[in-house]
Amino acid sequence: MKILVTMKRVADPDNANKVKISGDGTQVTSEGLEWKPNPFDEYAVETALRILEDGVGSGNLRGEVIVVTIGPDEATQQIRQCLAMGADRGIVVQAEDAKLDATVVSKVLQKLVEKESPDLVLMGKQAVDGDSNQAAQMLAQRLGWPQTTFAGHLDVAADLKSATAIREVDGGAAKVKVTFPAVVSVDLRIVTPEGVSNNVAPKDKAYQEGPRYASLKGIMKAKKKPVETMALAALGVDTQPKVRVLKYTQPASRKAGIRVETVQDLVLKLKDEAKVL
Amino acid sequence: MGNVLVIAQIIDGEMKKATASAAAFAALAASHIGGNYGIAALGGDLGKATDALASLGAAKVHVAEAKELDSALAESWVPVLEQIVKAGGYSVIVSPASSTGKDVLPRLAARLDAGMASEVTGVAFEGGKLVYTRPMYAGNVNGQVVIETPIQVITIRATEFAPVAKSGSKSPVEKVAIPAPEAAIGRLEFLGFEKAVSARPDLAEARVVVSGGRGLKAKENFKVIEELADLVGGAVGATRAAVDAGFIHNDFQVGQTGKIVAPDLYFAVGLSGALQHVAGMKSSKVIVAINKDEEAPIFQVADYGIVGDLFKVVPELVQEIKKVAK
Ligand SMILES: Cc1cc2nc3c(=O)[nH]c(=O)nc-3n(C[C@H](O)[C@H](O)[C@H](O)COP(=O)(O)OP(=O)(O)OC[C@H]3O[C@@H](n4cnc5c(N)ncnc54)[C@H](O)[C@@H]3O)c2cc1C
Repeated sequence: MKILVTMKRVADPDNANKVKISGDGTQVTSEGLEWKPNPFDEYAVETALRILEDGVGSGNLRGEVIVVTIGPDEATQQIRQCLAMGADRGIVVQAEDAKLDATVVSKVLQKLVEKESPDLVLMGKQAVDGDSNQAAQMLAQRLGWPQTTFAGHLDVAADLKSATAIREVDGGAAKVKVTFPAVVSVDLRIVTPEGVSNNVAPKDKAYQEGPRYASLKGIMKAKKKPVETMALAALGVDTQPKVRVLKYTQPASRKAGIRVETVQDLVLKLKDEAKVL
Repeated sequence: MGNVLVIAQIIDGEMKKATASAAAFAALAASHIGGNYGIAALGGDLGKATDALASLGAAKVHVAEAKELDSALAESWVPVLEQIVKAGGYSVIVSPASSTGKDVLPRLAARLDAGMASEVTGVAFEGGKLVYTRPMYAGNVNGQVVIETPIQVITIRATEFAPVAKSGSKSPVEKVAIPAPEAAIGRLEFLGFEKAVSARPDLAEARVVVSGGRGLKAKENFKVIEELADLVGGAVGATRAAVDAGFIHNDFQVGQTGKIVAPDLYFAVGLSGALQHVAGMKSSKVIVAINKDEEAPIFQVADYGIVGDLFKVVPELVQEIKKVAK
């Protein structure tokens, strides 16, 4: 089975409060912040590896995991990180982040899917810089494939032809069976120890919480794994974004209020001052 | 320039309040572009909801009622919506950024080759164009964006738009013929929905939210949170850490990648105030933080903070509120 996983590099999300807006408001600068794979995309890589695990602990996968990024050449570094986790090869479609929107991304991915014919496309549910949550759904539509968004649990059939997914939706959990090829976007809970079962690895196999770390051996191996680079223009898609940011502004920030010493005082303040009780 | 279409949020046959917020956005956008707004309702049993929708001041309510639309699969909804958009000449399509809105609207946008803006918090009209405000980077930056396509697709943050008032007159209701679903539906089977049972008010609609974090330490301890919530008629919320630790169902996660809430009163109990959590609750009117660590970042956004052990403070708070309520 062939799984294509998408990955965007983002400025360290744990320091998102340190991103700065340029003086003219036209750019967000993340100077001094570390670039990382978008967390949800890292979860998607982990999901792909768990799906293809052969169950005998040999480290061999029952198929291929290809990680794709659309971004600057420097994003090759984050691709290598995913290869060090265990993915097989990478593709970098060279583009400037600022010149992309979900429409362009989904069109580029559509081309790559047509070229690579994967059985499954795994994506993070959202990139934590743009926070848009659109690309997977748009890609599925363009391909005419079913989509399974916000998957928090995947139970993949041993023959790798379908999966039962538990989708995290408002008010509870929706359960769907999806037959591949399909586009699946993953939510946070997919990387809990029981987030993925592939019906080949032993039932009691407990994964560690979160995406796996790259081992030293993995890092060494990743250096030799193939990473293909291609120019955005070479793919022959309309690269004109449909959404344009006019400017960035700083949202009004909340100010810290006061400390109260006693619960009694708190309740009085909530009642008489804030009038919310 | 055209008209605005609201995609209604209906659960168990009931119209959700977020629909009236989307209608407020639609009224605003329509006034800018000189059009009116319609509402589309899709589902299996729409009788009761249709009544509520007809009093939101829309020029028309389009009702697509069919059993197969009830599970809100994007693959079955998109052809229906496409038909309503095209027949009605709609140029702006809006839905609350609920899980259904987030799932369906990007697929619809791609189908219509339209640009899309997610989780919009404001709309203005400049230079003959609608300019949308949307938060990015976990709410640390606002983008002012324009969409360069004739049809524009939007999800809104319902908490940022006061719901439209109930109108005295009733909108005309039109039945929609259901087109064939996409071929992709053949590879998708809806197996069921497991409701996260809660007798408490909806997080998105509650006037008070009491959220607990990792500081609760165990599932059983969450009853401390629940007791306070019940006393004040509030909803229960949680951090990702509390959900991941299994203290509570993931449907209650508040934050950048969970629910966005903006109640009158928010209690942040035993949670540190990580920016991903704050992104989901900082629009609350009054924030109270209870944390034993006086350096916890949550105090930087709280109106009232108490430094102390939650297992002592919260029960005391319950007693004290009972006293003043008497
Ligand atoms: C991609 C991504 C998305 C995320 N999305 C979200 C999201 O949507 N929502 C979200 O909440 N998080 C989200 N997170 C996680 C977030 O980064 C934090 O890890 C999380 O919010 C921390 O939860 P917490 O505050 O409960 O736990 P901690 O940070 O561990 O804080 C626990 C707090 O409890 C206090 N405490 C402990 N015991 C007591 C006591 N007895 N009395 C009083 N106080 C006590 C401690 O002082 C501490 O401040 C996301 C993370 C990532 C990477």
